[in-house]
Amino acid sequence: MTSFLVRRVAGALVILLIISAITFYLFYAIPRDPARAFCGKICQPETLALIRHNLGMDEPLFVQYWHWLVGIFVGREFVQFGECPAPCLGYSFATQEPVFGAIVDRFPVTLSLTVGASVVILAFGILTGMIAAWKVGQPLDKVASASSVIGASLQIYFVGPLLAFYLVDTMQLIPRPSYVPITESPLEWFTHLLLPWVVLSIIFTANYTRMTRSQMVEQLAEDYVRTARAKGMSNRAVFFRFAWRGAMIPIVTIFGVDLATLLGGAIITEQTFSLHGIGELAVRAVQNTDLPMLLGVTIVGAAAIVLLNIVVDVLYAFIDPRVRLG
Amino acid sequence: MTTVSWSGEPGTSRGPGPFLSVRDLSVEFSTEDGIVHAVDGLSFDLEKGTTLGIVGESGSGKSVTNLAILGLHDPAHTKIGGEIWLEGEELISAGAGTMEKLRGNRVAMIFQDPLTALSPFHTIGRQIGEVYRKHKGANKKDARERAIEMLRRVGIPQPERRVDSYPHEFSGGMRQRAMIAMALVCDPDLLIADEPTTALDVTVQAQILDLLKELQQQFGTSIILITHDLGVVANTADNVLVMYAGRAAERGTVREVLREPQHPYTWGLLSSMPRLNSSVDVPLMPVRGTPPSLLNPPSGCPFHPRCDYPRLAGPELCFAQRPSLSPETGHGDACYLTLGQKRELRTARAAGTASADDTTQSGDTVQCGDTVQSGDTPQDKDTAQTGDDA
Repeated sequence: MTSFLVRRVAGALVILLIISAITFYLFYAIPRDPARAFCGKICQPETLALIRHNLGMDEPLFVQYWHWLVGIFVGREFVQFGECPAPCLGYSFATQEPVFGAIVDRFPVTLSLTVGASVVILAFGILTGMIAAWKVGQPLDKVASASSVIGASLQIYFVGPLLAFYLVDTMQLIPRPSYVPITESPLEWFTHLLLPWVVLSIIFTANYTRMTRSQMVEQLAEDYVRTARAKGMSNRAVFFRFAWRGAMIPIVTIFGVDLATLLGGAIITEQTFSLHGIGELAVRAVQNTDLPMLLGVTIVGAAAIVLLNIVVDVLYAFIDPRVRLG
Repeated sequence: MTTVSWSGEPGTSRGPGPFLSVRDLSVEFSTEDGIVHAVDGLSFDLEKGTTLGIVGESGSGKSVTNLAILGLHDPAHTKIGGEIWLEGEELISAGAGTMEKLRGNRVAMIFQDPLTALSPFHTIGRQIGEVYRKHKGANKKDARERAIEMLRRVGIPQPERRVDSYPHEFSGGMRQRAMIAMALVCDPDLLIADEPTTALDVTVQAQILDLLKELQQQFGTSIILITHDLGVVANTADNVLVMYAGRAAERGTVREVLREPQHPYTWGLLSSMPRLNSSVDVPLMPVRGTPPSLLNPPSGCPFHPRCDYPRLAGPELCFAQRPSLSPETGHGDACYLTLGQKRELRTARAAGTASADDTTQSGDTVQCGDTVQSGDTPQDKDTAQTGDDA
């Protein structure tokens, strides 16, 4: 287990290094010059060169990348902005704020959104899938299956405003979505994020309903389930003690893959409800060609996904004893 | 449940009736293509403490019959007719609760492939123990003790340690032993073994069969042994039921059926397997053709399309009318040929294979079974040690 974790974390660092290198070169190779944006409308070549120098952009690309990389671990000094302590992801071109600080500020929003949506997805998806499998072929199964198809065809930017209009404006059931820190008021945190969670999870939930149902139906036809029945286990025990374990293995695997998509969905959801999360930061950074910010958001997002996938792998070993971490 | 007297039933005039009695059982599956008559009018009895071998090709209804005894068919797609009496209790009409209490407790089953038949997610000990807890109301600790005791009884080394292993950490033979331990944990009256040795190699096969015999002698369990291996039947069973297309083709004691087979299908089965005491040059004579579709079974005798003598009993009889087992008790078979004809044909077949001896030079017949009885295999011991070092 320990050696597994060490190897996986080492592997994750290599992956992040590759991702950061590729992203760095891609972003800095685009034809827009951030120095020119700083320089303003009337721009003297000397000023432009000075700004370039201050931004550290007059050096070769790999040297710039090296500085950026070293900055993460030991911090760095900017002519323009001064001291940037580790972990330093540079300063935003657009707002002049430290990238790392901006991300840390907004991280709880996106984390709350994604974790909450994950809970909704897994809880509701698996629950409805289980019900459908339990009542396979019966009306309840058909309702669950049909609504999962409808759910899967919906879009965040369509459902979001629609639900907000009815639930928030017309019926006034829930407050307008915003972020209240959980440390401030857990209840407010919950009610204000309820709508974004539901909207973000709708598409995924439907998928998990269908997957859980088909996996359960498949597992119930397995030999070991027949053995359990032959031992005199009740239907409920067969369902929840035996078949359930088998059905969860592919679900966990798919969820690991879906995490990246979920993070993407969080960006759209943040935009839909004007939540000030990392997604909003990313969108604004793209609009402003804010390279340090873009790079920072990308690498933090990648790190989150890689980390969560390690968690998923560990979880996998807990569900299936045949999987050995070692 | 009321006790039913069996004195009035045909063939059961001695005493209160057999331990298990299957009467005119039929099992039909509704599929997209139509109705499959998997078992069609099957009757047999099983006495306490004896072993009945059910033999037949794949799809002859052996497993379906036994799943019906346990009530394990999906009621949504299956129609079951007839009666199954277990010690005066009718099982087909019994409620779900009754069957749940019966399964694993009074009637237990072991399956062909112990790897897929055991849950990969639970330890061997838990899988054995939960049967004991369910039926005997034991607590966790007692169930674990019982599981260890059962593992020791079926010959698993270091049961205190192995009780916490998962099935994938066991070898094939050990898995089947664990499966048997699980089946016997509540001391069942009836054990149904569905091809228990098919997935195992020959040496382990013999060990498992010996183990079953030994446990039967110890606890007086009745056993239904489903197999397509007549060698297994010869070694293990008291009585034999040969099934073809969901019906009984022949029934009798092992001695009767194997020494004096009466049904042409049984002849085919016997001549399609090699024997140790016959020359390697004797060609095997398999039953020609393939088993019939049970969606649309043949008219008359279901075996007539594959039978070598369908016109001997009369021009139309075998094609038009279904034979039933006769005589009603003892050694019986479902064939229209007269006893005299059968005796003649059997002698002729024996001579035929003898004369074929001289003419053909086929060397591809297999001799097997000579490695049986070599004690605990090294493979078993080997895998017993691995798997805990993670």
